[in-house]
Amino acid sequence: MMAVMTFRQALHDTLRDEMHRDENVVLMGEEIGVFEGSYKITAGLLSEFGERRVRDTPIAEEGFTGAAIGAAMLGLRPVVEIMTINFSLLALDQIVNHAAKIYGMFGGQARVPLVIRTPGGGGQQLGATHSQNIELYYAFVPGMKVVAPSTPADAKALLLAAIRDDDPVLFLENLALYNTKGDVPDGDAPAEIGRAAVTRRGSDLTLIGYSRTAFVANQVAQELAETEGLDIEVVDLRSLRPLDRTTIVESVKRTSCAVVLEDDWLTYGIGAEVAATISDGAFDYLDAPVRRVAMAEVPLPYSKVLETAALPSHEDVINAVYQTLDAVGRRRPAARR
Amino acid sequence: MSERTRSAKKGSPSADGSVPPGLTDEEGRRLLDFYRRMVVIRRFEERAARGYTQALIGGYCHLNLGEEAAVVGLVAALDERDYLFTNYREHGYAIERGISPERVMAELYGRVDGVSKGWGGSMHLFDVDHRLLGGYGIVGGQLPLATGAALAISYRGSDEVVMCTMGDGTTNIGAFHESLNLAALWHLPIVYVIINNRLGMGTTVEKSSAEPELARRAASYRMASARVDGLDPLATYEATRAAVAAARAGAPFLLEVVSERLRGHSVVDPAKYRTAEEVEALTSHDPIHTVGARLMVEGLLDAAGLAALDEEAKAIAERASAFAESSPHPDPSTLFDYTYATPVANDLHRLPGEPLFAARPRPTEVA
Ligand SMILES: Cc1ncc(C[n+]2csc(CCOP(=O)(O)OP(=O)(O)O)c2C)c(N)n1
Ligand SMILES: [Mg+2]
Repeated sequence: MMAVMTFRQALHDTLRDEMHRDENVVLMGEEIGVFEGSYKITAGLLSEFGERRVRDTPIAEEGFTGAAIGAAMLGLRPVVEIMTINFSLLALDQIVNHAAKIYGMFGGQARVPLVIRTPGGGGQQLGATHSQNIELYYAFVPGMKVVAPSTPADAKALLLAAIRDDDPVLFLENLALYNTKGDVPDGDAPAEIGRAAVTRRGSDLTLIGYSRTAFVANQVAQELAETEGLDIEVVDLRSLRPLDRTTIVESVKRTSCAVVLEDDWLTYGIGAEVAATISDGAFDYLDAPVRRVAMAEVPLPYSKVLETAALPSHEDVINAVYQTLDAVGRRRPAARR
Repeated sequence: MSERTRSAKKGSPSADGSVPPGLTDEEGRRLLDFYRRMVVIRRFEERAARGYTQALIGGYCHLNLGEEAAVVGLVAALDERDYLFTNYREHGYAIERGISPERVMAELYGRVDGVSKGWGGSMHLFDVDHRLLGGYGIVGGQLPLATGAALAISYRGSDEVVMCTMGDGTTNIGAFHESLNLAALWHLPIVYVIINNRLGMGTTVEKSSAEPELARRAASYRMASARVDGLDPLATYEATRAAVAAARAGAPFLLEVVSERLRGHSVVDPAKYRTAEEVEALTSHDPIHTVGARLMVEGLLDAAGLAALDEEAKAIAERASAFAESSPHPDPSTLFDYTYATPVANDLHRLPGEPLFAARPRPTEVA
């Protein structure tokens, strides 16, 4: 059975189901209770489960995230909401120096079954400090797991997996995805963390993204199929650490070229890791340089005009696809402009 | 009439039925001036809210509605040479520091004539000339910075003071405690101001602070502190003057200003977590009404005078938005102008759609 629902609803229902299933699941975060969450993911959960399990915290990211890590060491399964990923920087020390280290540093004696849910997303004129996509900081760290769903179905499946996992998982959401809709299967089927998905088969080019950019990749592939007859394959990374290198490489072996989409800065970004992976694993198959579409290297300005100039647009993605196909020599004559 | 009291009978009854003492001539003049300023902030903020619904302002937009008396009393107690750091709810502070409402509104509109040239927006107003060293959007972010500015002043042996405002919710972030401790250890010339509007976004002070009398937190650092009624601009002004004087003498101070937030956390928050009674009570505390009423009771303002003040404030707000709307958008070619102060080799000026290296197109195959 399936139900069509929003990304937001899928997250909400999964949290609720997991709280019913496991008494150890507790929610913590700023404004998640009385205010029902800045993005209303936790709406209604305080009244259903009470203050013991849905804990409004003071504005103290380092303190409550660290407390969640400590509680996880004793077997609770805290799901922390950090209002946006920008504010996770205040908890960076606890996450990187403790959550990610405890299992290894103490020789495997304690586990940290913690989920940190947090949305990224720029493009809403929130300015330099409130528009960052810094999942990379966490994906960089061994010991962390980082997942980044792009569909309501994956939101559910990956959240189930994250809550049941015995390691700290950064669960990346995106402001622009909360209202998107899709089929969500009923039942209890967690995804496997560390697996990408080929969400669309194609032979002309591999388009790679995660979270919002995977959504964009599917949209662009669909559009170019209709308007240009192009046959684009889409890889949704879903997991940034571990990274499913095999799926990426196998796809590029089929298509011989790739465009990577990301919402963060180009330099040292997730796209850089993907491009390096392709270079390592599919060098002989490549017919064009791996192209990255990413933000301009500036602190994001508030002004709409400047912000628009700094962020990748729909046209940027399409042009990158065209230019890459041109470099391969594969554009169909009918498609030339 | 004596300077001390105009007339004991002239105090206006307040909510609890008590009658505040009458005003001296000087206080009367000051209150009238403060009121005029408060009304300017009120009308400016209402105009900003409208600009937001017209989609001329984007991002987050937090207003000083309900906090006008606090804003005016606080800033009036600073000298021109003093520095101010605030959080993101700072439009009123910018105007009170003497920045033209036009340039403040232009920043909200993201235009080149804005105080931060359109780069900062509502949350990030900055103007060196008026010694407003920033609104900051990260809760608590301004505290260590303001502390450091006070360090620079103390280091140079000059006599400016730094004022650093924050909300009640901000007292729970680590940076609050780290900063106050540093300032106390180093005897820095700084006044930390908590605008206690009783709410973070929707979380009350009692739910977020184990010691809800926030001024008492200063005791942990053996720092002097005070709590003042932020709906009374004169009381706020007097308390702030004392705090600033202490800071100027090298004794940092924590001032809690109890205030109200009339609307939601930001323009888009309908504040549904508030009960009808709370909203009702808010309106009766609205400092624009209470101070206006007091001036009338004191005989310092009549209905016509009040209306004239209001018209003037509305005109200021309208001029500000007209100016903002006619100010140009920044040119996209300026996108890379402010990444580095010292130009540096290999700074990447690549637009999102551009490749790092242009790939050479091959001749197209015939399908
Ligand atoms: C580090 C950090 N965490 C969370 C937020 C989101 N946030 C913005 S304002 C706010 C509430 C702040 O309340 P308070 O300090 O009382 O200031 P007020 O808005 O009432 O002026 C929160 C949680 C943020 N901007 N920065
Ligand atoms: Mg507050």
